[in-house]
Amino acid sequence: MKHATGTGHGGRRLTPPLAWLHHHLHTLLDTLGRLSHTPLPTLMTCAVVGVALALPTVMLTLVHNLQRLGGAWQAGVGYTLFLDPGLPDDKAARLAERLRHWPELAAVRFLDRAAARRDFERLSGFHDALEALDENPFPPVILVTPADPDPAPERGEALRRRLAALPGVDLAQFDLQWVRRFRALMAILERGVWAVGCLLGLAVLFVVGNTIRLEIGNRREEIEVTRLIGATEGFVRRPFLYMGFWYGVVGGLLAGLLEEVLILWLAPPVAHLARLYGSDFRLQGMGPAALLALLATGAVLGWGGAWLAVGRHLRRSDPLA
Amino acid sequence: MIRLDRVSKRYPGGHEALTELSLEIPRGSFTFITGHSGAGKSTLLKLIALLERPTRGQVLVDGCNIARLPRRRIPAHRRRIGMIFQDHRLLHDRTVFDNVALPLVIAGADPREIPRRVRAALDRVGLLGQERARPITLSSGEQQRVGIARAVVNRPDLLLADEPTGNLDPDLSREIMHLFERFHARGTTILIATHDLALVRELRHPVIRLQHGRLVERDAA
Repeated sequence: MKHATGTGHGGRRLTPPLAWLHHHLHTLLDTLGRLSHTPLPTLMTCAVVGVALALPTVMLTLVHNLQRLGGAWQAGVGYTLFLDPGLPDDKAARLAERLRHWPELAAVRFLDRAAARRDFERLSGFHDALEALDENPFPPVILVTPADPDPAPERGEALRRRLAALPGVDLAQFDLQWVRRFRALMAILERGVWAVGCLLGLAVLFVVGNTIRLEIGNRREEIEVTRLIGATEGFVRRPFLYMGFWYGVVGGLLAGLLEEVLILWLAPPVAHLARLYGSDFRLQGMGPAALLALLATGAVLGWGGAWLAVGRHLRRSDPLA
Repeated sequence: MIRLDRVSKRYPGGHEALTELSLEIPRGSFTFITGHSGAGKSTLLKLIALLERPTRGQVLVDGCNIARLPRRRIPAHRRRIGMIFQDHRLLHDRTVFDNVALPLVIAGADPREIPRRVRAALDRVGLLGQERARPITLSSGEQQRVGIARAVVNRPDLLLADEPTGNLDPDLSREIMHLFERFHARGTTILIATHDLALVRELRHPVIRLQHGRLVERDAA
């Protein structure tokens, strides 16, 4: 009976990493079996975890869709240069030609007076009102897209000033402004969703922790006996941690399912709305990477909740503590 | 093998279960601990198995003062000792096989070897046919034998038994004691707390008699 060495007597043992792996795998599956013996309470807990995780997941997916929409709008949006109404079309076209050589501009589109009028008619529907006018009130227009899709505000403004100062330019307007505001709004919204997500994550932690606490109560006898015959703290803790892990993972899976169902349900009316605006925008569910992240989040929260419950219980119930 | 040096154990609330107790138990011995309820028999066993720590004094097992053993090394110490309880402490939601296998699982034994060793232990206590039974379906004597099989499955050097025959009739008690004698014959050190004085006299092994937490008599039989 030497205390210096870790191994006891009698019989072969697996090499430590193998025995460890075997025991973990065994506990993982054993815990799953145990949970499936009481399907209803297990599913109830998983459902609570699932709903709590589904809420921020759905909101985050919607925010990401809106951000994607904002990104789509931004492409091709830049500065609108309204030229002097009296500027002849050929001079205006030469100005546009000069702008095409600017390295800080990605695209330049020139609309002569007639084209500007056609564009407005098409977009506004004021065809009849324009018919009543004798002459074309529209100036020639140059639309430019900056090479930098998201310039810093001061640099964007500097470029606008340079464009406005060009001879023949009456007014240079920064079209990106409202897209940037939209994106700023989305950033706030995303933060809000994360905050709600953190709160609900905390709720998951406590729900799992409480369920595990009850389970510990049910298995008090088993904990005591295994301790009496030499189980380590890790051995006692492990089945409960894996139980929390399963609650989290299955809850995460349910959350993913709920999210997909909701997105599928919302997709047709969103697609319809997008078509009315002439867009082919489609609502997208979360991808496999996000689903994996969701499952991992569930697993970590479930594990953590179990850890809180088991840690507290073990400290309290150990007579030698 | 075991030496207690002026060991006292005082429980919260002031009750002193053991007072300045010193004794020695040699390796390979078979020793009874007797005394009235509350004399400190169980406390003595609990201190040796490190289920509790002494308030004062040293408990030496193989020269190592286990009173000072750090917490993380307690489980390893307990795994070296086979412990048998009056109320068996079996897990009733598991089969006899799983109960007996538990110490092996805890010790990380090779899973391919577990069935053979569990059957060997059940064979030695005469319960080989009952592997699949639930403990609750067995008689009290059989349950105690499952408890003994669990205690010996890891082949410990030291067996501690706290009132192992407390709930059994004389014939069954004698049977259980003979079981312990068989393990003793194979070299295991045995320490049994009991108040079954008739059986103690019959079996002629050394006796430690406690009274109010003190050693009152040491009878070498």
